[in-house]
Amino acid sequence: MDLAATATAEPSRERWRRIAMRGLRVEAAALVIAVCLWATFHQDFGFTLIYSVCISTMCWLLIDIGRSAVAAWLPSDPAGGGRWPGGIWMVAIVGVGAVLGYAAGNEIANWLTGLQLPGPFNSGPRQTLSLLVMALVPAITITYFFRSRETIATQRQAVERAERQAAEQQLKLLESQLEPHMLFNTLANLRALIAVDPARAQAMLDRLIAFLRASLAGSRSGAQTVAVELERLRDYLALMEVRMGARLATRFALAADSAAAQVPPLLLQPIVENSIKHGLEPKKEGGRIEVSAAREGKTLVIRVRDTGVGAAVALAPGDGGFGLGHVRERLATLYGSAASFELVPADDAEGGMLATVRLPFTVEPVLPAAASPR
Amino acid sequence: MSPRALIAEDEPLLAATLAAELAALWPELAVVAAVGDGQSAVEQTLALRPDVCFLDIRMPEMSGLEAAQALAEDWPDDDSPFPLVVFVTAYDQYALQAFERAAFDYVLKPVETTRLAQTCARLRSALAARSHVAGAPAAGAAPTGAGSSGLAAAVEQLRTLLATSAATAAPAGPAEPLRVIQAGIGNAIHMVPLDEVVYFEAADKYIRVLTASREYLIRVALRELLPRLDPSRFWQIHRGTVVRADAIAAAEREDSGRVTLRLQGRPEKLVVSRLHAPRFKAM
Repeated sequence: MDLAATATAEPSRERWRRIAMRGLRVEAAALVIAVCLWATFHQDFGFTLIYSVCISTMCWLLIDIGRSAVAAWLPSDPAGGGRWPGGIWMVAIVGVGAVLGYAAGNEIANWLTGLQLPGPFNSGPRQTLSLLVMALVPAITITYFFRSRETIATQRQAVERAERQAAEQQLKLLESQLEPHMLFNTLANLRALIAVDPARAQAMLDRLIAFLRASLAGSRSGAQTVAVELERLRDYLALMEVRMGARLATRFALAADSAAAQVPPLLLQPIVENSIKHGLEPKKEGGRIEVSAAREGKTLVIRVRDTGVGAAVALAPGDGGFGLGHVRERLATLYGSAASFELVPADDAEGGMLATVRLPFTVEPVLPAAASPR
Repeated sequence: MSPRALIAEDEPLLAATLAAELAALWPELAVVAAVGDGQSAVEQTLALRPDVCFLDIRMPEMSGLEAAQALAEDWPDDDSPFPLVVFVTAYDQYALQAFERAAFDYVLKPVETTRLAQTCARLRSALAARSHVAGAPAAGAAPTGAGSSGLAAAVEQLRTLLATSAATAAPAGPAEPLRVIQAGIGNAIHMVPLDEVVYFEAADKYIRVLTASREYLIRVALRELLPRLDPSRFWQIHRGTVVRADAIAAAEREDSGRVTLRLQGRPEKLVVSRLHAPRFKAM
């Protein structure tokens, strides 16, 4: 029946429940109309109710089927969740549906009651007009009511879905930062250091605390300076330096005129993690990570370069992993096309990868409103 | 003779600590080598023949799991006993299940002293039992004695381990099955249908793709390619070789127990490793 609903693959039980709910509401409206008519014209209530129910039901069925069929056939109107065609179509469907529904309902009621009340096609023009108004007003009202309800429900679903996705993203990001393998290996190193070099163990613990604090809190606040952002990367890389020993060297370069530039917090973390995990950890002899930030005109350019194993050639064009996808998404949400992120093989003899982030140079905090959907 | 051990761990502090803790718990055990990657672990173990190997799971280039597999495949047929393997890992719930099912010992990082003491006790009694069994037939001349039976047990354990980890790791990576191999030659990309591939052979960081008429190189690791091949059509016969089952003409078993394959469309003979030999039995 509800053709458009099948098209959007709504679970069929839910679909039938909604059809039944609409039917019940239509019958309730028919009862109200019958009471009004009876109160106005003082005719037999039983007959009035039968006519009211038959005509209302037929009007509803024709309009509901009509709009579903048209919605399935037309490019959908997103506000109605793809189940409600747009304005002019709705006017035509309600008009035709009400007239035909009135005629059909009248015939059925005539057959049920044995009376011969005239329908819209076989009575005088004035009578027809008043009858039609009586059918059209409730039809328009009820259709409008149903449509509003469904639009609101669809919008609420969309909002809920967006909120759920945002929460999932947040969780996935946190999981990727607090990866158990990284944490337990760091703790194992810390345990080892406590015995042989307590002072270094304490320094490492401080780095771990700063890293954990930034991971748990930082991803939710709006913006910070690139100097602070690089300090967070130093924490992480200091932990990795203890773990990897001579296999990891790090180099930081922050241009003096850029230190106050604003960046979204922990934007670079997934990029550096990617360099470690896919670049240097798999390489027997290890290598170097260089992080640099500098102003180029109105743009802040941040580069993360490693001398790791380089691009693993994926069998299919890959997604680049969750972390890097997240970097792209955040930049797009915050700056649109004004920011960019690229990850390419470094073009010199040392090999490895070069990640470049470009974003508008600002010293004012970026508005966080667009960053978090809440 | 005092027992000897090899430690494979890519994080230097952890390697040093494991050695120090072992020295305290088991003073007779001599750590004869500490290496930082899987390939060196295999080479050093084959050269030094230690009694015990502590293998970290995540290491550069070759994992501890792959190293154990390589050892089982390349272990010589003489009577030297196969080392007892203990896996070391920071966190990997799937691997732990697999170790338990295959009866491999493992320790978790950070390594707790009491847990390591238990492992040492188990290793000691296993070594004692082994030398007892090995001591008895030493007077007689039984060429397939305790050494090879230790190897057979380890091979059996590894088979269970590989099967279990393949089964448990599968849902994590929903890899799309491959239809063609895209091999770059010069500026052109050749599309090689899988039906034409006779076998794949790992070569350093590449895979050689061999068809009846040509050879291609693709820059992919075999462990990335494998999940995307249909295991009923493509059989792994060695850690570095995967063959299309339809292209196998015959499997021949030599007196030494070694199995080799003759192929349709290729002149080479392929060696089947110990781990994969049970696949080739008459129906």
